[in-house]
Amino acid sequence: MKRTGLPYTASKKSLGRRLKNNYIGWLFILIAAAGISLFYFYPMIRALLLSFQSGMGANLQYVGLENYIRLFSDPTFITALTNTFIYLLVQVPIMIVLALFFSVLLNDATLKFKGFFRTAIFLPCVTSLVAYAVIFKYLFGVDGLINKFLMDLSIISEPLNWLSDPFLAKITIIAAITWRWTGYNMIFYLSALQNVDRSMYEAAKIDGASSFQQFFYITVPMLKPIILFTSIISTIGTLQLFDEVMNITNGGPGNATLSISMYIYNLSFEYSPDFGYAATVSYVIVILVVLLSLLQFKVAGDDK
Amino acid sequence: MRKIKRIATYTFLSVASIVSIFPFLWMFVSMTNKSVDVTQGRLLPGTFLFENLKALFDTVDMGTALLNSTIIAVITTFLTLLIGSLAGYGFEIYRTPGKDRVFNLLLLSMMIPFAAIMIPLYRLFGGLPFFGIDTLAAAILPTIITAFFIFFFRQNTKMFAKELVEAGRIDGLSELGIFFRIYLPTMKTSYAAAAIIAFMNSWNNYLWPLVILQSPDKQTIPLLISNLGAGYSPDYGLIMSAIVIATLPTAIVFFVMQKHFVAGMMGSVKG
Repeated sequence: MKRTGLPYTASKKSLGRRLKNNYIGWLFILIAAAGISLFYFYPMIRALLLSFQSGMGANLQYVGLENYIRLFSDPTFITALTNTFIYLLVQVPIMIVLALFFSVLLNDATLKFKGFFRTAIFLPCVTSLVAYAVIFKYLFGVDGLINKFLMDLSIISEPLNWLSDPFLAKITIIAAITWRWTGYNMIFYLSALQNVDRSMYEAAKIDGASSFQQFFYITVPMLKPIILFTSIISTIGTLQLFDEVMNITNGGPGNATLSISMYIYNLSFEYSPDFGYAATVSYVIVILVVLLSLLQFKVAGDDK
Repeated sequence: MRKIKRIATYTFLSVASIVSIFPFLWMFVSMTNKSVDVTQGRLLPGTFLFENLKALFDTVDMGTALLNSTIIAVITTFLTLLIGSLAGYGFEIYRTPGKDRVFNLLLLSMMIPFAAIMIPLYRLFGGLPFFGIDTLAAAILPTIITAFFIFFFRQNTKMFAKELVEAGRIDGLSELGIFFRIYLPTMKTSYAAAAIIAFMNSWNNYLWPLVILQSPDKQTIPLLISNLGAGYSPDYGLIMSAIVIATLPTAIVFFVMQKHFVAGMMGSVKG
């Protein structure tokens, strides 16, 4: 077999072995590389081509930029985009701050029942998105337990229409995602906190720093890379939000909770199928994922 | 002041724990209650467990969904681990020129949202015979190769003693022989962690099966639950039983292997 074009600068002694290694190294990687090319990169290119086409089902024609122009005058798309940004801007910061607080509290060596608290808060992560979404749908129903509980506490006098009020439905979705993912983020912070030198806190205490000062001047800066990591994966996760919206509110009332992913699904399989336009909408998520990830790297600075 | 802070901490953590656990308790309790009792907010265990389970297996096809989900999750886990670990090992052990560029390129696929490739994937499978639309094979195939597991195994291979590879070569093992006979057995912990994550991902996967699987006899558990939940007059006891059955395997796996799971998640983030 000919192996040309591979740049290497090996010493003569190990040339034979390296040649063999080169060849076999690729063999180990081959299936994975081929699979990712076929199931990720190839569909990405197909989706790009599709985004310039339009038509029902399999009858597609090239229409140039028509789909991209259509985006700006499509009220459903604008609603879905707005909703997704509301989820992003409200839910991700709440979840990350909560997860940080939990991890700092649980990192205290003198705290009792640490194992219990940690497991309890992490527990939601083992549920399937669909299963917990259906549970939240019932919890937040008009005669659901949340209303009963709030009425028992006399916080409200009559049941709230959580799922059929545009504002409350969004709150329900946000509450659900927060419940599911806060513990997941907490685990990352807890592990990172174990690498933070305790003597820094001792020194800060001697200097008279309050808990809040310690949190903002030691913990947050030390955890910066991992906070960046979790905020990027949460952002990507929120941009892809589908299971919860589909199963808790079905995008309603009206389109008040519709996410972009769900709109793409509807455009492809629920409404009269327009794969071309659906692909165009999906590219909006791709662009957002890339832009927001870059932005978060920028905000976090270039140190790692 | 110190004492107040202590009390505040415990109160805060207790409330958070109750909020986290409550939906679980509720689903377990509701599994043993009649639908009417569930709607009336009964929070005590009832005697309806067997009726609910019987209804679940008699009136809806829970057995088929369980079987489909199990087949998909087991095959997916096996292939994901095999392909991911081969690649992670390949990237870390061999000095292949240009490998880091390829590695970074593969990692980029983690940024691709599934919704963006869903339609081309659907169309791709539309033309295939054995792997076509509405086959379990099509539900499995695109999910078994993910950059995450390549990354995961590459990170974990950093902890593998490379001298063992040399030792294997001296003993006359082939390169694949070294992988299967030496690497695989010594990396059991990493495989266990990866298996949990892969199994959970597959067991809980919803969007792709929703798109690619259409006939009732191909339903997976998330699809079944979603359909049950969308009904107009839901039988809450029955649905809660389905949800418990859907959650139990991953919850048990998680509790039995909690240490590996957390270690596995950490291992994948450390630089």
